[in-house]
Amino acid sequence: MSSLLVLAIVLAVGVAAFFAGRQRAVAQAGCPVKPHSRPRYHGWWAFLLTVLPAVLFLVLWDIGAFAQPHSPASLGPGPGPAGAVIAILLAAAGALHAVRAVEPRGRARDKVEKLMLWGLLGASTIAILTTVGIVLSMLFQTLQFFGSVSPAAFFFGTVWDPRFAAAGSGGSEGQFGLIPLLAGTLYIALVALLVAVPVGLMSAVYMAEYASSKVRSVVKPALELLAGIPTIVYGIFALVTLGPFLRDISAALAGGAPFIQGQSILVAGLVMGIMLIPVVSSLSDDIITAVPRSLRDGSLGLGATRSETIKRVVLPAALPGIVGAVLLTASRAVGETMIVVLAAGVAANLTLNPFEAMTTITVKIVNQLTGDLEFDSPQTLVAFALGITLFALTLAMNVVALAVVRKYREQYE
Amino acid sequence: MSEVSFDALPVPAAPARRDIGLKARYRAERRFRLYGLLAVSVGLAFLAVMLVSVVGKGYTAFRQTAVTLPIAFDESVIDPRGRRATDPGVLVRADYPKLAQNALIEKLGIDPGDKAMVRKLKGFLSDGARVQLRDIVMADPSVIGTTRSVEILASANLDSAFKGQIDLAVDEARRKVSDQQVAWMNRLKAEGVMAGRFNIGLFTFGASSRPETSGMGVAIIGSFYMMAIVLLLALPIGVAASIYLEEFARKNRFTDLIEVNINNLAAVPSIVFGLLGLAVFINFMGLPRSASIVGGLVLTLMTLPTIIIATRAALAAVPPSIRSAALGLGASKMQTVFHHVLPLAAPGILTGTIIGLARALGETAPLLLIGMVAFVADRPSTPFDPATALPVQIYMWASEAERAFVERMSGAIIILLIFLMAMNITAIVLRRRFERRW
Repeated sequence: MSSLLVLAIVLAVGVAAFFAGRQRAVAQAGCPVKPHSRPRYHGWWAFLLTVLPAVLFLVLWDIGAFAQPHSPASLGPGPGPAGAVIAILLAAAGALHAVRAVEPRGRARDKVEKLMLWGLLGASTIAILTTVGIVLSMLFQTLQFFGSVSPAAFFFGTVWDPRFAAAGSGGSEGQFGLIPLLAGTLYIALVALLVAVPVGLMSAVYMAEYASSKVRSVVKPALELLAGIPTIVYGIFALVTLGPFLRDISAALAGGAPFIQGQSILVAGLVMGIMLIPVVSSLSDDIITAVPRSLRDGSLGLGATRSETIKRVVLPAALPGIVGAVLLTASRAVGETMIVVLAAGVAANLTLNPFEAMTTITVKIVNQLTGDLEFDSPQTLVAFALGITLFALTLAMNVVALAVVRKYREQYE
Repeated sequence: MSEVSFDALPVPAAPARRDIGLKARYRAERRFRLYGLLAVSVGLAFLAVMLVSVVGKGYTAFRQTAVTLPIAFDESVIDPRGRRATDPGVLVRADYPKLAQNALIEKLGIDPGDKAMVRKLKGFLSDGARVQLRDIVMADPSVIGTTRSVEILASANLDSAFKGQIDLAVDEARRKVSDQQVAWMNRLKAEGVMAGRFNIGLFTFGASSRPETSGMGVAIIGSFYMMAIVLLLALPIGVAASIYLEEFARKNRFTDLIEVNINNLAAVPSIVFGLLGLAVFINFMGLPRSASIVGGLVLTLMTLPTIIIATRAALAAVPPSIRSAALGLGASKMQTVFHHVLPLAAPGILTGTIIGLARALGETAPLLLIGMVAFVADRPSTPFDPATALPVQIYMWASEAERAFVERMSGAIIILLIFLMAMNITAIVLRRRFERRW
């Protein structure tokens, strides 16, 4: 019997219990005792008492079957006849008990609300479970990876040459040096920030301090739309339009071979910078508008021009918040994937020339994990080591940035 | 003091205007303002350039060239030995492209014996004719022996030539369409037999190695499944979590931990969620690779923080007086929240959800890791079947070399952008329409 069918039967019993319980409560309305809960709550309590134990049992039964060796994958054949019968019996017993227990003084509402509260609490722990899941799953695979490659060789190695596991893969040990990838990641992020921070910050200043409300009401949504464009589109723009354009221009300038490659740090950084402009501008817009009016009025009253007020009063007051915003943006740049996959190249170089290709952590995660996977070769597992490095890097940036921004907000509240 | 007559005092000469650099300061002011304006225009200019470059490449993808031919379903070609009654495989294996070719030969008035000319016809019609004609015959075998007018796709190269994208000035040997084919094309065009029509295949076909028969059908269904899963899971869970945190949770270590966690999750790179999905859903729980259920779960986890943050802001914006009034009338805390606070916060929650969904729809990186970069030709019928997603389809077409694939890719980007713009604009309009200052 399939899981879905059993579930449907249990639910049907539950619905029946709901109506029976409510009906019974309504029928009791005539008696002299003032009822504690509305009939609806009695119905809901009967429903919950019917469905919850049965579903819980089904889940446990499934896990039990899943834990046994040689059992087919989950969601397959369902709980089997024995499990199905027990589940349906549980549901029926719950329904019977709940419906018979309905009486005017019964505190059905309290019970239902208590269960709901537990449900709400459960939902809010999913965020924590996700984080724990991220850390544990990556940690587990990373430790396995460090079983075959030493941590020192990973964190301080300067050569990235994983050598895809060949058939047999006897002596061909790959080299997994993080340094070239990390350098590429940081370099591209730096170029992106050099584009995004000045442009984004200046447009935020203009929008917050100069623009009329009419201009604001048009430009702000437009910038939001720019932020809503998926990164794959930016990546395609880099790959199809900007990369070849810069390559051809450099070829024309040099009068021969192009000195800018179609896939290079410059192209990836530029396009990523464009992507980050709206991020910087909306974050710093919020921060600049949070600077109290009185500071501005004081400065303007002393005869400063608007730009002087902005440069000497508003921006210094907003500085901590802006630093936080830049850090948040930097963490976006470091974790960005699609733009660099399409525009940065795959060769793990160590170079300072922005016109050449370099690769990043995210590109290598994608490279190592697309195609056929073997979950015991270091070639696959290294992706998780890279992932946890990336996670730690961005987490540190985010924690600092969020703390700075929060502190800044409190300062003016 | 009041006795002093002002007239008596010598009027001091007006002091010479000191140069306090006012002009320079005003110049600096204007310059600063200009920089700001410049920055805004640069941002908008990038938006414009990108849209123009994508739309300019992609709009032609919505038309596809086809040739309408009277196809004679000749028994001697389909089933030369007359065995289809006993062996149904005959109809599957029959040489259908020959039917199309024969019809074309007749239409163009070529002598069927002229082998050289017939060979030049190669690559004029799409190989998709095989499937198309086979489906017609399989659906209704009585068509054999009759003639029926069928619209057959031209090959990708002819399609490009028809749209004027192939430079005919280039030497014939170095382009993919021969002069003879161009002449035939012009003749058919003049006769009105060969024409561009709306490209339905772009929306219905699955993956294919030939550009003219590849489309986003599988990707659209995959994306739809994933969005449905995200909506079904992330919205209830997100709203429940926000209600707990905003209305019920006491301020303690645990709730602080949850808060910090949610804020951080919102900023975790999306690719990390892909790693989580690969390790937990596929490797540990044994869900199938490339399936939209896994993609949906991963995107749910990714979207949850966005929805939670938006919902909490919406709940916090509902004034405490509403709660006090409900509580004062004897409602329980739970009734207050569900009957009064939540409905008032609904527009804000909706806006946040739409924005979260739009982000999930455009997300590519985590889907690459859970194997959704797959060659899927058949449309998935359940979320457990292999599928791709819209942005992943774009990525896959981007790595193809042929020009016709680039055209399709740009067309797909246009469709994705239209979806996203519609969602984002809905969110912006909703926010303006229902924004309520208490």
